[in-house]
Amino acid sequence: MSDARPVSPWAAAWRRLSRNRLAVAGLCVLGLVIAACLAGPQLSPHPYDRVYPDYVKTAPSPGAHPDAAEQAAALERVAARMRGKVTGSAETGGFVRVTLESARPFDERLITYFERSDAFGPARIVAREDDGRRLILEAPVKRLTFLLGTDSNGRDLLTRTLIAGRISLAVGLLASAVALLIGVAWGAVAGYLGGRIDMAMMRIVDILYAMPFIFFVILLVVFFGRHFALVFAAIGAVEWLDMARIVRGQTLALKRQEFVLAAEALGASTPAIVLRHIIPNAASAIIVYLTLLVPKIILIESFLSFLGLGVQEPLSSWGVLIADGARNIQGAPYLLIVPAVFLTATLFALNFIGDGLRDALDPKDR
Amino acid sequence: MAAFIAKRLLSLIPTLFIVVTLSFFLMRLAPGGPFDLERPLDPKVMENLRRIYELDRPLLAQYLAYLSHLAQGDLGPSFYWRDFTVNELFARALPVSMRLGASALALALVLGTGLGTLAALRQNSASDRAAMSLAALGITTPLFVIAPLLQLVFGLWLGWLPQGGWNEGAWRNSVLPVATLALPQTAIIARLTRAAMIEALRAPSIRTLHAYGLPQRVVLLHALRSAALPVVSWLGPAAASLLTGSIVVETVFGLPGIGRYFVEGALNRDYTLVLGTVVVVSSLVLVFNLLADLVYGLLDPRVRHE
Repeated sequence: MSDARPVSPWAAAWRRLSRNRLAVAGLCVLGLVIAACLAGPQLSPHPYDRVYPDYVKTAPSPGAHPDAAEQAAALERVAARMRGKVTGSAETGGFVRVTLESARPFDERLITYFERSDAFGPARIVAREDDGRRLILEAPVKRLTFLLGTDSNGRDLLTRTLIAGRISLAVGLLASAVALLIGVAWGAVAGYLGGRIDMAMMRIVDILYAMPFIFFVILLVVFFGRHFALVFAAIGAVEWLDMARIVRGQTLALKRQEFVLAAEALGASTPAIVLRHIIPNAASAIIVYLTLLVPKIILIESFLSFLGLGVQEPLSSWGVLIADGARNIQGAPYLLIVPAVFLTATLFALNFIGDGLRDALDPKDR
Repeated sequence: MAAFIAKRLLSLIPTLFIVVTLSFFLMRLAPGGPFDLERPLDPKVMENLRRIYELDRPLLAQYLAYLSHLAQGDLGPSFYWRDFTVNELFARALPVSMRLGASALALALVLGTGLGTLAALRQNSASDRAAMSLAALGITTPLFVIAPLLQLVFGLWLGWLPQGGWNEGAWRNSVLPVATLALPQTAIIARLTRAAMIEALRAPSIRTLHAYGLPQRVVLLHALRSAALPVVSWLGPAAASLLTGSIVVETVFGLPGIGRYFVEGALNRDYTLVLGTVVVVSSLVLVFNLLADLVYGLLDPRVRHE
């Protein structure tokens, strides 16, 4: 009897949860993903919709770009635009010194092409030779890093994945909130009122249950536009059925208990009893189901986006990125692998947390 | 038995009716129509088109007309694939989807029950843990990640199988789609079987068989019979998720099945095609649920139907 202090049920549940290694790992992964998605895009040097035409489908690497080959290619492109040829180049201390030659004298205004390239800063003419047919220029070299590479439009994949994560997580949470509201209200009312009302309400749930849901979500999204808000409203509006069933079951058990009878005897109104006594006591079941609902909804949203029916460009969600990756597996498999890893890791983490919570909150286990 | 089936079949009709009604009005109340092109059509042409497809009649009349056609098994003409009726489109597309789905389900049943039984027999061993971790992976990883990954590994890197296309149903082309569809189902069935098997092996009836000294094989068969119940009740939801999966698989691998028709139909506002898909898919799911119930009754005398 070393520890005889009373422990609140929530504290006891938390203690059980923190002993579950998978659930703790899930919490850590989820925390990391959320932190990265919230802070990452601000810390990243690349805006999520900035296109770098010189760096299309650049493979992931920790090193800075341009490397020697990319620099030579970028110089060739700039030279071609200035209607000349590169005859020599050397890099010293972050500056590149280039010799350009042409059959005719250069139009010196064209050196702004250096600035417009993603590889160089504004160029400066060091010397003119041969009546302006040969130019020696010096330009600072821009150093960019793309840790996870760039996509088929030349946008930084890491930043895009993190921005996409924001959308995916937000849709998951908001749609779950919609499903939570409808489901809890429906289930609690049906369970508490009982009788014919209960029968009618649950019959509706049964009928809706038999329907091919994804098909309905697709219908809703396609025909009512592909707005971000609609996506989660549509998903939330069809995913509340399980929640309603669970809450109804809990309510049926709770309403026979003494404290509810006492509240009734004291003359509390029906809404007050449902809100004050029924729903808070069903909270643990609701929370467990909610943690399992969020990954389900993230999955549906990604699925819609994958089909091109969800979030639209230039915004993106993990589903959009995976679809883009699936189109580009030929030359750039990392475009598929990076968002797939983020999505799968998040889904795993949420499922482990849900399982852990179920074990921690399940009264049968105590 | 026949009367029970007939009664259950009849009870599907109200559900189907609600599905059709909901989808019909949902589609029609949405803005935009099947003939809204980027360059607007000539008003005369538009009027003619609307008359041919009976879109100019009152909504309620259209709805009743659709219902009466549907009752005769006629799903109407496709709006996008001109010159084709939805029935003709499905006559080509359904066999493709059904073959993929049936192969995937058969594969998942064999592999899933096998793996689940093995895991239950060696509960908490390393192989049990490995099988269950794999199952967790199969359940959590979305289909639209599995499909392109399989394409990448087996189609592109190893080059063993074609990356996509139907190729008149050549078996090499169906391997990857079927594997994609079967993977999550296998994982779920393995989990269900393992849990049910562990319980069944502890049941007094099975202990008695052991005590009689029956060979392991026979005891296992008896245990499997009761362990099969949760798997059987999963068949209904499995049918639904296979049909949903067909959307992904047919899109990724470019197969001419109903999943792809549905997405294309929805994007093109092909009212009849989309409505037809919803009707067919709902019927399939409902019938599968009914079948699952019947098989359940065969396996479990306690719920046998009169």
